[in-house]
Amino acid sequence: MRFSGLRVLKEGLTGNRGWGPHWRDPAPKPAYDIVIIGGGGHGLATAFYLAKEHGLRNVAVLEKGYLGGGNVGRNTTIVRANYFLPGNSEFYSHSLKLWEGLEQELNYNVMHSQRGLINLFHSDGQRDAAARRGNAMINQGDDAELLDREGVRRLLPYLDYDQGRFPIYGGLYHRRGGTARHDAVAWGFARGASDRGVDLIQNCEVTGIDVEGGQVTGVQTSRGAIRARKVAIVTAGRSGQVAAMAGMRLPIESHILQAFVTEGLKPVLDNVVTFGMGHFYISQSDKGGLVFGGDLDMYPSYAQRGNLPTAEHVMEAGMALMPMIGKARVLRSWGGIMDMTPDGSPIIDRTDIGGLYLDCGWCYGGFKAVPGSGYALAHLLATDRPHDSATGFRLDRFRDGVGLMDEEGTGAQHNLH
Amino acid sequence: MRLTCPLCGERDLREFTYRGAALARPEGEAWGDDWHDYIHLRDNPAGESREYWAHSTGCAAVLLVTRDTRTHEVLGSALAKGGGA
Ligand SMILES: Cc1cc2nc3c(=O)[nH]c(=O)nc-3n(C[C@H](O)[C@H](O)[C@H](O)COP(=O)(O)OP(=O)(O)OC[C@H]3O[C@@H](n4cnc5c(N)ncnc54)[C@H](O)[C@@H]3O)c2cc1C
Ligand SMILES: [Zn+2]
Repeated sequence: MRFSGLRVLKEGLTGNRGWGPHWRDPAPKPAYDIVIIGGGGHGLATAFYLAKEHGLRNVAVLEKGYLGGGNVGRNTTIVRANYFLPGNSEFYSHSLKLWEGLEQELNYNVMHSQRGLINLFHSDGQRDAAARRGNAMINQGDDAELLDREGVRRLLPYLDYDQGRFPIYGGLYHRRGGTARHDAVAWGFARGASDRGVDLIQNCEVTGIDVEGGQVTGVQTSRGAIRARKVAIVTAGRSGQVAAMAGMRLPIESHILQAFVTEGLKPVLDNVVTFGMGHFYISQSDKGGLVFGGDLDMYPSYAQRGNLPTAEHVMEAGMALMPMIGKARVLRSWGGIMDMTPDGSPIIDRTDIGGLYLDCGWCYGGFKAVPGSGYALAHLLATDRPHDSATGFRLDRFRDGVGLMDEEGTGAQHNLH
Repeated sequence: MRLTCPLCGERDLREFTYRGAALARPEGEAWGDDWHDYIHLRDNPAGESREYWAHSTGCAAVLLVTRDTRTHEVLGSALAKGGGA
């Protein structure tokens, strides 16, 4: 089934009776060449690129719940390529280029909207840091413009320019940054993978990883044992538990990140805006809801909900920056489990166990990485060599200290990012 | 979530700062797998977790807290060794 304008028109005129399910619902086979644990954005994208780029179709994605029920359907959907450090910079640059062709490639409307991202700064020091980051982005081949206060005012007239506490000095403008419809990204990759022969198996929790003589041989699941030559752990906040099934301990702590959405409003916020003096970022969804969030709650959690102090901080920061949102009513808030690494950067690598691979540590920034990570992990699984865009995401960088990627410059230790 | 400081009583979460998993510090100063383990690797339990919290805007004591990471239920708290001194 292909989507097209004509098809939408035809279905609209004939009662939308012609649409079918977007992916197959197969029973698990006894064995696959490759098993991917986790049907989030990264797992599904990996399956898609394995089939599309490498012709590997004897692949299964095992998801304990439903596709897209994890962080891929819980995030604030910001997509950008404004990283600073070598290692991260080329990876997110590559991922954004994949985003830019994604809807055509998947034949699926993921509502990728390059509405522009403005990171505000509020002091001379922050301006210098923004200029430096902007130069790094341009050197990487991406776009960045340094806006002064008046430049920001022309784009974002609704900010509070009068307050003295956190004066707005300007912003770093990344025009190709924006948002996408998170569920649609999961669905689009799922459909693309399923159409190419990948089995997507839902309600299938992996409960054990079989290793014989240092080599992975398969997995135990709630729907029986499945043999596999290669197994990839792509389970975001649950990476620690799943890796423990193979006797591994990871450099990961799982933390809670909250998000909030208001009732639907008429268009008021055209871009993505981030505050430089408090943890707050915001955009407006196409349905009209203001979607916003802030920092981690800063304690380990698997509860998928946070506590009030962080909610309060996020609201306060929002009000300090743009008082106009104060009358909007918050409809919902929720949380997701973040796989936090010590340096705040991810891991796409082999493990010490033959045939066992790891894709995790995306912290609070893995939505924009979905295509890039899927592409790089598929390459690693297919060729046993890291993709050029992801050579820095080594698991052993923590042990030897070489190649740590601490974007924030706060130290490569837990609880600092 | 509220935490109980043995010195100050039950207090609002805003007064506390999470200081990391409660792990045994390796002997000696030379870098090796034991330090890598201590600084980077985590059990990251979904369930009972033993962790340090500082009563930062209260009495500044460091507490050893036992907490369920699935529910945020606090199961116990005591002064960490030397934490109140
Ligand atoms: C509130 C919030 C806001 C965010 N905002 C942004 C943002 O603006 N921009 C951005 O780039 N990133 C953002 N992120 C981060 C991003 O959402 C994640 O980094 C990314 O989605 C993680 O990868 P994933 O999609 O594969 O994870 P998930 O969707 O969580 O997928 C992992 C899957 O593994 C499954 N699983 C776990 N254990 C097992 C098992 N034993 N067996 C089988 N399956 C299992 C889970 O059920 C889950 O579906 C945000 C996250 C949150 C929570
Ligand atoms: Zn106290």
